[in-house]
Amino acid sequence: MNGIGPIYRRELASYFATPLAYVFIVIFLLLAGSFTFSLGGFYERGQADLAPFFGFLPWLYLFLVPAVAMRLWAEERRSGSIELLLTLPVQPGAAVAAKFLAGLTFIGLALALTFPIWITVNYLGSPDNGAIVAGYLGSLLMAGGFLAVGSCLSAATRSQVIAFILTVVVCFLLLLAGFPLVLDAFRGWAAPGVLDAIASLSFLTHFQAISKGVLDLRDILYFAMTIAAWLYATTLVLEMRKAD
Amino acid sequence: MIEVSGLSKTYGDVHAVRELSFRVGAGEILGFLGPNGAGKSTTMRIIAGFIAPTAGTAAVLGHDVAREPQAARRALGYLPEGAPSWPEMTPRSFLRFIADVRGLAGEHRTRRIDDTVARLGLGPVLDQTIETLSKGFKRRVGLAQAILHDPPVLVLDEPTDGLDPNQKHEVRALIREMAPGKTIVISTHILEEVDAVCTRAIIIAAGRLLADDTPAALEARSRYHNAVTLAPTLAADSARIEAALREVVGVAAVEPGERPGQLTALATPGAQPLAAISALAAREGWSLNELRLEAGRLDEVFRTVTASGVAP
Repeated sequence: MNGIGPIYRRELASYFATPLAYVFIVIFLLLAGSFTFSLGGFYERGQADLAPFFGFLPWLYLFLVPAVAMRLWAEERRSGSIELLLTLPVQPGAAVAAKFLAGLTFIGLALALTFPIWITVNYLGSPDNGAIVAGYLGSLLMAGGFLAVGSCLSAATRSQVIAFILTVVVCFLLLLAGFPLVLDAFRGWAAPGVLDAIASLSFLTHFQAISKGVLDLRDILYFAMTIAAWLYATTLVLEMRKAD
Repeated sequence: MIEVSGLSKTYGDVHAVRELSFRVGAGEILGFLGPNGAGKSTTMRIIAGFIAPTAGTAAVLGHDVAREPQAARRALGYLPEGAPSWPEMTPRSFLRFIADVRGLAGEHRTRRIDDTVARLGLGPVLDQTIETLSKGFKRRVGLAQAILHDPPVLVLDEPTDGLDPNQKHEVRALIREMAPGKTIVISTHILEEVDAVCTRAIIIAAGRLLADDTPAALEARSRYHNAVTLAPTLAADSARIEAALREVVGVAAVEPGERPGQLTALATPGAQPLAAISALAAREGWSLNELRLEAGRLDEVFRTVTASGVAP
C-alpha cells in the first residue's frame, strides 16, 4: 500500500493550511469545556471522574465530526483533484485509509487538547486514571466510526453540505440504534432477533461501556469493524462513481 | 506506447466512445482532435485509468490499464482536463507530494524536482499557494506534475487551453523538446496546434474515429490543397483576373479568399496550378499584393469530417 504516507501528510497539512483547523479546535474546546463544567455540573457532582465530559462528547461529535468528514472526498470531487489523486500509482483503498487517518489524527489532536480537564480532575481529587484513558480511547474510536461514515457519504456526493447533513442523520441513527427512538420504528413488525441486531449496532451503548472504564474486546472490535466496513464502502462508492 | 482497441464507453443511453482503436508509438506526438463532447476526455480518462471502459482495452507500455493499473500508471504522466491540483498547496509542496507518491527518493527526487521547476519556469512562484497563481502558471504546475517522474508515456488533456499566445508557444516548445523517445498524446480543439506540434492527428466526433493521418495528409484532403490565393492591388482588376484564372488548366473554381480582396483558385484533384498561374500573372503584368500556395486548411477538413461523420 504505497502512497499512504505522502497522502496522509498532505491531508493533515491541508487541515492547517486554512482557518478550518483552528476554528474547529477552538469551537470543540469551548463546547467541550462549557458542557462539562456548566451543563454537566462537574463541580456540583463532587465526584472525581470525567463522566460529564464523556457523557456530552457523543453529542458534540455528532455535529463536529461530520464537519471534518464532509470535505474528505466531496471537495476533491468538486475541484476535480480526485482525477489527479486516483490516477497516481496508488490503490484507492490506500487513499481512503490515508485520508481517514489524517482526519482521525486531527480529531485526536483536538481531543488531546482537552487535557486541562483531566489535569483539573486530578488536582481536585484522585480519579481512576485508567478509566479516563479508556474513556479517551473510546472517544477516539467513536470519532473514527463517525468519520468513516462521513468518508463514505462524502465520497457519494460533490456537495459538502449534502455530505454533512447525510452524515449527521446516519450518525444520529447509529448513535441511538439501541434506544426507543430508533427501535420503536422496528418494534411490532421485525423479528426480535432483528431488533437485537439493530440494538447491538448502537454507538452509544458501546461507547458508554468503554467510557466507564470497561475495556471489553467486543466493544473495541465493534468500532474497528464499523470503521473498516464504512471505509470499504467508501472504496466501493469511489470505484463506482469516480467520474460523476 | 499506447494501444487502444475496440474501446467503448456508454453512460446510460449515451455513447461517449464507440469502438475506438488506435496505436501510438514512441517518438510520436498524437493530436487528438474533435468537437467538444466528442469523447476526447473520456478516452484519455480511460487510458489514465480514471474510468473503466464499457468494452475494449487500453494499454500503456504493454500494461493493460484494467489488469495492471499500477504498472500502467507508473509509466504514464497524465494532465487531467483543467489541470486540477490542491489550491492551498504551493508548487513546491505539490511537486514534493507527487514525487513522494511516485516513489522518487534522495538525490534523484531533488534532481527531478529542480529539473522540472527549471523546465516550466516555476522558480518565481514556488512558494506561493496555487490558488493565487495565474491560469498560465496553474497549467504549468499541472504539466510539471505530469512530467515529474520523466514518464515514457504522456497523456495531456488540453495542455494549452486558456493560455496566452506566448505561453502556448512555450508549452508547445516544451512538448516538442520532450518528444524524442516518448509517446505523447495531446487533445486539443485548436487546429494550429496540430500543425505546430503533432506528427499525427486523429479526428473523432460522437465517439467515433473519423480520420487518422499526418497533419500534412489531412491538409491534403482539404479542397484548398494546392489552391492558390492571390490579392490584386487594385479592386478594379479583380473581375478580369478572376475570369482569367478560371481558364487556367488545373483550376477547378475561383472563389473569394478568406480576407476581403483575395481570390482563391481551387485546384482540380491532383493538379498543381501555381506554376501556370504565376506564369500567367507575369505574362499579363498583373499587379498583385500577394500570391501564395495553400497547403490545405485543417479547420475546413475538421468541419467537413466532423459534420458529415465520414472521412472526405
